[in-house]
Amino acid sequence: MKDEVQTREDRVANLKGMGCSRKRVEDARFTQGKGNYVDDVKLPGMLHGDFVRSPYGHARIKSIDTSAALALDGVVAVLTAEDLAPLNLHWMPTLAGDKQMVLADGKVLFQGQEVAFVVARDRYVAADAVELVEVDYEDLPVIVNPHESLQSDVVLREDLAGQTSGAHGPRKHHNHIFTWEVGDKEGTEQVMENADVVVEQSMYYHRTHPCPLETCGSVASMDKVNGKLTVYGTFQAPHVVRTVASLLSGIEEHNIRVISPDIGGGFGNKVGVYPGYVCSIVASIVTGKPVKWVEDRMENLMSTAFARDYHMTGKISATKDGKITGLDCHVIADHGAFDACADPTKFPAGFMNICTGSYDIPVAHLAVDGVYTNKAPGGVSYRCSFRVTEAVYLIERMIEVLAIELNMDAAELRRINFIKKEQFPYTSALGWEYDSGDYHTAWDKALEAVDYKGLRAEQAERVAAFKRGETRSLMGIGLTFFTEIVGAGPVKNCDILGMGMFDSCEIRIHPTGSAIARLGTISQGQGHATTFAQILASEIGLPADSITIEEGDTDTAPYGLGTYGSRSTPVAGAATAMAGRKIRAKAQMIAAYLLEVHDDDVEFDVDRFVVKGAPERFKTMKDIAYAAYNQAIPGIEPGLEAVSYYDPPNMTYPFGAYICVMDIDVDTGVPDIRKFYALDDCGTRINPMIIEGQIHGGLTEALAVSLGQEIAYDDMGNVKTGTLMDFFLPTAWEVPNYETDHTVTPSPHHPIGAKGVGESPHVGGVPCFSNAVQDAFRPFGNRHTNMPHDHWRIWKTANDLGLHG
Amino acid sequence: MSNKMHIQLNVNGEAHEFLAEPRELLIYALRERLNITGPHVGCDTSHCGACTVTLDGKSVKACTMFVAQANGAEITTIEGIGSPDALHVLQESFREHHGLQCGFCTPGMITRAVKLLEENPTPTEEEVRFGMAGNICRCTGYQNIVKSILAAANEMNAQPSSSEAVGHNKVEAAE
Repeated sequence: MKDEVQTREDRVANLKGMGCSRKRVEDARFTQGKGNYVDDVKLPGMLHGDFVRSPYGHARIKSIDTSAALALDGVVAVLTAEDLAPLNLHWMPTLAGDKQMVLADGKVLFQGQEVAFVVARDRYVAADAVELVEVDYEDLPVIVNPHESLQSDVVLREDLAGQTSGAHGPRKHHNHIFTWEVGDKEGTEQVMENADVVVEQSMYYHRTHPCPLETCGSVASMDKVNGKLTVYGTFQAPHVVRTVASLLSGIEEHNIRVISPDIGGGFGNKVGVYPGYVCSIVASIVTGKPVKWVEDRMENLMSTAFARDYHMTGKISATKDGKITGLDCHVIADHGAFDACADPTKFPAGFMNICTGSYDIPVAHLAVDGVYTNKAPGGVSYRCSFRVTEAVYLIERMIEVLAIELNMDAAELRRINFIKKEQFPYTSALGWEYDSGDYHTAWDKALEAVDYKGLRAEQAERVAAFKRGETRSLMGIGLTFFTEIVGAGPVKNCDILGMGMFDSCEIRIHPTGSAIARLGTISQGQGHATTFAQILASEIGLPADSITIEEGDTDTAPYGLGTYGSRSTPVAGAATAMAGRKIRAKAQMIAAYLLEVHDDDVEFDVDRFVVKGAPERFKTMKDIAYAAYNQAIPGIEPGLEAVSYYDPPNMTYPFGAYICVMDIDVDTGVPDIRKFYALDDCGTRINPMIIEGQIHGGLTEALAVSLGQEIAYDDMGNVKTGTLMDFFLPTAWEVPNYETDHTVTPSPHHPIGAKGVGESPHVGGVPCFSNAVQDAFRPFGNRHTNMPHDHWRIWKTANDLGLHG
Repeated sequence: MSNKMHIQLNVNGEAHEFLAEPRELLIYALRERLNITGPHVGCDTSHCGACTVTLDGKSVKACTMFVAQANGAEITTIEGIGSPDALHVLQESFREHHGLQCGFCTPGMITRAVKLLEENPTPTEEEVRFGMAGNICRCTGYQNIVKSILAAANEMNAQPSSSEAVGHNKVEAAE
């Protein structure tokens, strides 16, 4: 037989299991234009929905006249809050324990807010009808600054008037949402009082938006004959959407089928539940026809899921030789008009308490105050685990500021404060247990790879040349060492709307030795169909090419909490490995029976079970799969299937060392990224090709956020960056080539040691680009300037420092 | 609004005739009338290029062109570039070099890249980056897209015959 002459290496290679750069199975359809995204879904008789949106940041609605719209040929319905109120659907609960208007109920609280939902024959008629809905507004004072909001007499959320307590404890003011406090306040204060050096720095991490290339949308279809509701949509968490849809609509959960088709990027934008989804469902129930809603780019940027908007103040103390002794942080968090942050329930500021970073800081304290303003709701984790980007930005800026204060090299300051390899598992001052790490090795590797000393010497020469008037270009060296916290999470402390954040995998092995596995997650470009098959191939010994991975259909996939926060590999990937091991355990019994030996006398080897000590006696997994379906084996049920629901014992803690070298033209403010080196340690690497692709992409999103991308409002609450004309998305022209590198420190608690990687480059990249800009101006007295460092702001920094003569 | 125009389009070698309002955008005529859903809508303002098609030999963003303006045109979309049995070199190359992730930008990206390599069969990296700057990708950071295009250019130059699947507006890539 051909099989018998294969070497063991051939058999391993044939599996295309973990560790190889397997080409993606998804690509065939995408490269040929055969993807199936939500806007490609077309059902018979389908109607189109479109929103009337508020032009005001804050206004009372005196009246809504829908008669002219309804009179237009082709308009089927116009829904307002009044129509939804009898169904109790004019408001909906948010993921953060607040509630949000589905359609404006008496007033509007942000520009772009949904006021009425028009349903028509096609998108053109719907757009015409939107123009015909007459809304009479009375404008109210607008507040776009959270500091102002906390001082203002203006009550933004009249529905909460008099409520002195919210989902996360006491409210101090009518525009205050919560205070979240972690750590040792008094202990930190004491350390600060007695410290050699204390530096304080305020910084604003600006509001931005995940802006996936595909906007959000849904197609709802209520089948009144069978009582079954089907909803296609851009859902990063389809199972949660089904549960929420059931709770809101009263339709039993088994009668709701939620399908996430191909998703054109998510980055956090598609975690939340939006009024558009709800309105398409209600409209389908009302009209009895399928209803499609797909937002345009402006609606996307103005109304669904902003990110960041954290006004942060850090205070760090150290000995005079640079050993950090304490960290105190305070955040004013602008949550917009409704608290719709997508965080695990018990973490209203996400995992902001990872802000001690990669450093052994003995005592720390963090307080976050959530505040309402007249801005869009959201607060999603844009390509990061919950608020980790904010946390890492804070600590990596504080390290730089401390280095300036101590007149120390920032690389050395990091090194002397790293958590040491032997300290893992390490419990941080703010309560996390870091699973594994080897920071010194990674840092040294990175500094050596870029010739850090040489770069600093070059930079010093450049400064001298600048001062002599020989150049108008400065050189910045951006450093960042980050630790992520991903893989939410252990059910004991992580849930979304009460549902524990486990995940799942169900495997069916077919008689001929191929398989299908279904998971509770949903790919949005991460390549799950490729990588999860690789995990399984290694675990069960069938070729990855013979394994189909399916996600996103709640009628067929096991319940899971979805894909965001780099949780797919840490949680669903673990479930996949564990389900594979269940398959293998049963296969072992079948193999032993077929080989007529005791279960303990066979062992797994790549793609087969062999008799111990007699490798010529074996049964391949293919043989075993066939036997499972056509032999009556005493004491063993027919079939070969398994399901695993995995509750992770801990989070995983990927880390990395990034270095950016940038030349900055002082007169134009234009930065030129000369070099970007990214070393990532995501534990066990499943597919290096896909990992590197994720790193390139995450770094580019970090470049965008750091160097120009923002959602800006004027004082009237108008969104100033509502189209791609103003909202910065880098093109191939602006983006450098990145150098990637890695170390491998497996997670000790994950079945295959994998930690997750998709978000690391964003988390580490943002402070790295920012530090590079700020480092260029350090020799001229710069301590901190806020992002985004667009050309104008860089020019202004130079100007403020007197560099324009 | 009932002033409909008689529109004729040739899309991927197939003739189509229909009546459409002059204000109908080309992208919706393709996607919703003709069920050609490869080109996508990403931004509505011609910045992102997800809707890129080739129209009478030029790369065009179908989200900001009226179907009336395209009347009589010959159009190639991603569906007209290669076939499952004979993929275009660029389609192979994007897979080989991991030039895509979520896939939403990919049809426009490849359609533009086909045209770019017709215009300039031996581009430098800088020329690829400049020539592709009208197409935004949010996932890949472009590094592997650039790599895919440069590799495809090399391959097409080495094997002139393999570029035959380019479609209607092919320019000979190699001497």
